[in-house]
Amino acid sequence: MRELTYAEAIREALRQEMERDERVFLIGEDIGVYGGAFGVTMGLLEQFGPERVIDTPISELGIAGAMTGAALAGMRPVGEIMFMDFITLASEQLVNQAAKIRFMFGGRATVPFVLRTPEGSGTGAAAQHSQSLENWFVHIPGLKVVAPSTPYDAKGLLIASIRDNNPVIFIEHKLLYKTKGPVPEESYTVPLSVSEVKREGRDLTIVATSIMVRRALEAAQELSQEGIEVEVVDPRTLKPLDKETIIRSVIKTGRVLIVHEACKTGGYGGELAAIIAESEAFDYLDAPIMRLAGRDIPIPYNRTLEYHAVPQVENIVEAARQLARGRV
Amino acid sequence: MASTAEDTALSAARKRELLRQMYTIRAFEERAEQLYALGKVHGTMHLSIGEEASAVGSIAALRPDDLILSTHRGHGHCIAKGADLNRMMAEFLGKETGYCRGRGGSMHIADVAGGNLGANGVVGGGLPISVGVGLALRMQKRDQIVLCFFGDGAANNGAFHESLNMAAIWKLPVVFVCENNQYAMSLSVRRAFAIERISDRAAAYGMPGVTVDGNDLLAVYQAVSSAVQRARANQGPTLIENVTYRWRGHSKSDANRYRTREEIEAWKRKCPIKRFRARLIEEGVLTEEEADRLEQEARQAIDAAVAFAEASPEPSLDTLEEGVYA
Repeated sequence: MRELTYAEAIREALRQEMERDERVFLIGEDIGVYGGAFGVTMGLLEQFGPERVIDTPISELGIAGAMTGAALAGMRPVGEIMFMDFITLASEQLVNQAAKIRFMFGGRATVPFVLRTPEGSGTGAAAQHSQSLENWFVHIPGLKVVAPSTPYDAKGLLIASIRDNNPVIFIEHKLLYKTKGPVPEESYTVPLSVSEVKREGRDLTIVATSIMVRRALEAAQELSQEGIEVEVVDPRTLKPLDKETIIRSVIKTGRVLIVHEACKTGGYGGELAAIIAESEAFDYLDAPIMRLAGRDIPIPYNRTLEYHAVPQVENIVEAARQLARGRV
Repeated sequence: MASTAEDTALSAARKRELLRQMYTIRAFEERAEQLYALGKVHGTMHLSIGEEASAVGSIAALRPDDLILSTHRGHGHCIAKGADLNRMMAEFLGKETGYCRGRGGSMHIADVAGGNLGANGVVGGGLPISVGVGLALRMQKRDQIVLCFFGDGAANNGAFHESLNMAAIWKLPVVFVCENNQYAMSLSVRRAFAIERISDRAAAYGMPGVTVDGNDLLAVYQAVSSAVQRARANQGPTLIENVTYRWRGHSKSDANRYRTREEIEAWKRKCPIKRFRARLIEEGVLTEEEADRLEQEARQAIDAAVAFAEASPEPSLDTLEEGVYA
């Protein structure tokens, strides 16, 4: 199959949905001629014109509000917030308005939009351009939260998100933009709220999100050479979550390591751990649930410090080995 | 302030209807207070008593298919936009038959089908949304416009700046109506602004700004009509400031410590309803008796709405989690 980068896959999803549905339009900062801070929307202005690829002033709250209002009035906007850190400026509209309008209005309105935003460290951009804030939005009823880890998932999940009738926070990872993988040319969807087993294994389960799926798969490869067979599960949609696939895997392996980049305290891993502990999988656990996550610090600038602020492949290998040791 | 010159575009029948709307708003809110005092209202409420001309005069300038975004002080906007009083009162009392099936209450009443895209519990919350609605209307090549109400308090938050700028650079069909009722909760406009007129801020965004006597229904109607015309002709947004006064406290917890009784009484003498009524009688549009009858009918309509709401069922518990996702 043809290979595309993660960024190209997202661009292709945007292009195909804009061709298919004239209600779909793009809005954000520097997404036109500039092509977006990470080049994701490059070339779309030329194809669709400034009416459908709308460059905004630096007004994140305005962008989120414009999406909310346009969605309420029958459009299907896809917005971009340049760095997830800046979503703080848009939160009022996302959290108080878009997420709640349907419920507050007794189910008599819909707010279908997708807000794309890149998260994550590893680019030397330091504390205000490197955060992973997905759990803030996971906490809000009415929002969906999607975090693809591969080019294939990025395209299929984005198309599914655009066709969904709810506000979706679509989290991309900066270090994934240039990663390559097979992506079909035709339009397709990856359904929301379906977790995927990315690699099968019998000894332990790693539940990882976003870039940590890739690192977990690398770690699994390495551990396989030591005879430890790791199963890697990618939730893909963080909210609403397909719990069953995760629980099934933990029942099968009896051990689970949860890996994400966001700070550990209050992070998504806590929720995953609780879901597993509350489920029938609890009786099958042969070891305590283990979490590997970003340290509880802002992301530092220095290359070495930054590297050690979040889980890397070697940390996952070590943690998984420790967890599996009882059995192997 | 804009002149209060006669507007001949309004027929006598229409003027009577606008007076009826103001009486209906007043009756709704006075009744809301009574219901609260009787312990029948679960939450708080924000009453617009004294500000009726701003709601009715502004919305009178719209076509029925135009859209509005309202505020936490939105009963007047809702009624002027043609809401069904039964469903509105039912929502106020948290009943299943309410506009929002009892999930929204006073602060979130919305009648999306009727063009009221919702009251809003966040000061300034509707402003960025109005930009999106304007954008959608333009992209869909519809000739409707959207009118966004907000208060003097909202004019000092960041949403105001971002929204007015975006609407102006894209020449969107939005009319911004600032209801300056003199207080953002307890903070007087004299302490919150270093300028005399909030409408002066329009210049910073490259749009016209006009300050109107917000207790003069016809002046409001006229100013908003020009803004609507501009918006519909793709000439962009306008900022209108309706200067008015909130007779009641900010909400039910307000003890009025920040203003004097004299000030409140002085504004009560400028009652927008009495003023419009006197004008219509003077013009010969209706008699004293006819005006009394309108007021009476408005109260009866509210009585009927209360009866409907009280007889309506509570939402069923097994529907508690409905409507979070589409």
